[in-house]
Amino acid sequence: MLHISRFRQLMILLACLAGVVFTLPNFFYGRVESHNDAVKLVDAGMTSDEIAADVALWPSFLPSNLVNLGLDLRGGAHLLAEVQVQEAYGATLDAMWPEVRDVLAAERDTIGFVTREESTAEALRVRISEAAGMERALELVRGLGQPVATLTGAGASNITVSAEGQVISIGLSEAEKLASDDRVVKQALEIIRRRIDAAGTREPAIQRQGDNRILIQVPGAKSAQELKDWIGTTAQLTFNSVVGRTTDSNANPGVGNILAPSLNEEGSYYILERNPVVTGEELVDAQPSFDQNGLPAVSFRFNPTGARAFGQYTSENVGAPFAIVLDNEVISAPTIRQAITGGSGIISGSFSIEESTNLAVLLRAGALPVGLSFLEERTIGPELGADSVKAGQIAALAGFALIMIFMALTYGLFGWIANLALVINVAMIFGALSVLGATLTLPGIAGIVLTMGMAVDANVLVFERIREELKTAKGPARAIELGYERAMSAIVDANITTIITAAILWFVGSGPVRGFATTLGIGIVTSVFTALFVTRLFIVWWFQRRRPKTIEV
Amino acid sequence: MRMRLVPDNTNFNFFRAARVTFGASAVLVIASVIAFFVMGLNFGIDFRGGTTIRTDSTNAVDVAEYRAAIDPLGLGDVVITQVFDPTFAADQHVAMIRIQAQDGQESISQDIVGNVEAALQTVDPAITFASVESVGPKVSGELISKAVYAVLAALVAIVAYIWLRFEWQFAVGAVVALIHDVAVTIGLWAVFQFKFDLATIAALLTIVGYSINDTVVVFDRARENLIKFKQMPLIEVLNLSANETLSRTIMTSGTTLLALIALLVLGGDVIRGFVFAITWGIVVGTYSSIYVAKNIVLMLGVKRDWSKEKKPTGNQFMDIDA
Repeated sequence: MLHISRFRQLMILLACLAGVVFTLPNFFYGRVESHNDAVKLVDAGMTSDEIAADVALWPSFLPSNLVNLGLDLRGGAHLLAEVQVQEAYGATLDAMWPEVRDVLAAERDTIGFVTREESTAEALRVRISEAAGMERALELVRGLGQPVATLTGAGASNITVSAEGQVISIGLSEAEKLASDDRVVKQALEIIRRRIDAAGTREPAIQRQGDNRILIQVPGAKSAQELKDWIGTTAQLTFNSVVGRTTDSNANPGVGNILAPSLNEEGSYYILERNPVVTGEELVDAQPSFDQNGLPAVSFRFNPTGARAFGQYTSENVGAPFAIVLDNEVISAPTIRQAITGGSGIISGSFSIEESTNLAVLLRAGALPVGLSFLEERTIGPELGADSVKAGQIAALAGFALIMIFMALTYGLFGWIANLALVINVAMIFGALSVLGATLTLPGIAGIVLTMGMAVDANVLVFERIREELKTAKGPARAIELGYERAMSAIVDANITTIITAAILWFVGSGPVRGFATTLGIGIVTSVFTALFVTRLFIVWWFQRRRPKTIEV
Repeated sequence: MRMRLVPDNTNFNFFRAARVTFGASAVLVIASVIAFFVMGLNFGIDFRGGTTIRTDSTNAVDVAEYRAAIDPLGLGDVVITQVFDPTFAADQHVAMIRIQAQDGQESISQDIVGNVEAALQTVDPAITFASVESVGPKVSGELISKAVYAVLAALVAIVAYIWLRFEWQFAVGAVVALIHDVAVTIGLWAVFQFKFDLATIAALLTIVGYSINDTVVVFDRARENLIKFKQMPLIEVLNLSANETLSRTIMTSGTTLLALIALLVLGGDVIRGFVFAITWGIVVGTYSSIYVAKNIVLMLGVKRDWSKEKKPTGNQFMDIDA
């Protein structure tokens, strides 16, 4: 009758114990956090007395997983960035121009002269002088196309080629655009991660969202603006030859050249060759340093290819100026005094120390392939977070106490058993949150409070049922057994429907809403477990010890 | 002596006032729909884009002065409200400033936030900015459609589950009750122009989850009683089931409300709107499972020819033994 096998008793107790043990670190949040940080440093190969003291703050045989606090509880910044994937198309097309020129120039007899027309980001436009040769020209350009590897397997060409009078326009095919978008977003994600890691913050979350978005959450960041300073610039560094200088912002730079404003001298513009001598991709290192005048600067080193190209260029152009260009702005345009063959150099502009440090980080992490636009920004101050934690704690404790009093008044001893199960339930929720590395948000606290209210529901269903069965069943043992048995289907149905809503909230929601869904979902599982197994175990123990003839529920 | 909120053997006739209660519900739903279309919802920045800034200062908030400082910036619609909360310290004065989405911008530029912050600092040098949140119109549009899908998906999934576990009439009854709860909540938010944001959607889904929970418990008992009392008229079976589960309904709603009221009073203002929505939902959800869901089942009638089925549905859980 009222019997639970030894093995099952053991399993239930172990589950409860696990819940309590895994919750334990959260009561010593600060200590365990220092301990975890110190352990990370030790793993990274650092040791000092201070680190050793921090490691000793928490015994290593105990679990050290903590509940992650969400941005709304800890403070920090949240950014949703959209990667401007279409910006990459123009660069890809630009890079095709030499190839197109060469293949067409080889058949000058039928095609005539080849000139590049003003191109857009969507199309590279090329004019040929002999209209009769158009068919041949199209054929040649199409031949340059390469198959795109897609999931569907079919190798569609990466370019589309069409003619309009004597102008050939070359664009990227849809398949190539998709492939390019994916590549660019992955690249951007990696670079953003490197830049934020370089800034050294704790547990940043950087995730891809949808096709071309990146979600960045950094606890402890002072503001969204600070985050944007770290990641917001593309940091495309190039070294270009200087054609001339002008003060006219509308000057026509001529074919193959670009006009770039000076960073420090307002109203001054440089005419540069479009194709750079060396780009930032050839950099292997960049460090903040000081120039010979003691002003902040950034020193850098090229890889062998870059060093060779730079050495060759500087030896051929001694006495001419060249421009150091960052994101289409000329930082400085020094004159080459002698060939620079060592592969290293220094960029000096009028930097502050902070700016030179930032620039070095940006250059080291590599350039973002394209720009970002920010769709959503949220900054939560640490004080507001701390206030929310405090208010949430007080409210949760008050709710907890009220429920316990209510249950004890209504069900007496059985109520206290349910209350004990409730304590275990909350411990298990926190234990599960810690182990899963889930994030607790302010709505998450509300989820826990709501779960406490609903957790007693399963017990209420059982107890009410036992009361009813006591009127008809033969003896209290049978009534208890029937109570659990018959309440089961209502409990299961009711909780599965709630699980469904929690799951949908989790998949559809983000941030705080997801935090709510997490605690609600975990809470339902643990509350069904505690209500059906834990309370039953306690009741059986009590019953076997006392063997009461009658019970009052 | 135990506390008894509900006497042991109740015999309320929940259908006696069926016309009044059901009629009232129908009127409320229609009124809510009208309120939604006529008055509209007071969408937060999640759904219409824009920026909110939460200020915190040791000096008292002077809304007029704040406004005078911000208006020259020409940011269009700016709403400034002072926030009061029992959890605040004595010299803590908090205000919320909401700035509409600026034309032609995907996200508000940091310059605007910077300008607003600088302007406010000239009014009150002690002011600090506890939180700044900006949502671009592009994202807010998507958030709306996502939210609507979430609520619809939840409704469909729940109805599908109820349909599997019960007769289809119960599924219809449950979903009508759910639509009632969602509609009345949205109506209330429209009438009082409470802020409607992502948290409100989460609250709506919670209401749906709680309400169905309540409905299922009554239905589960009705299913059991339909088998037990084969000859009893449907109306009496439903009434009996409601009476038998009444004690549990009151207990559960009571404990949940106790927890929520604690949160409502002590949980701070950041979360208050969200908690209020759920609290309201518990009340409406409890009402609708007693007065709406069962009426629908009664109207539709239930097939009671159990003899052809070897095993009644829904008892597979009864064999589980702890």
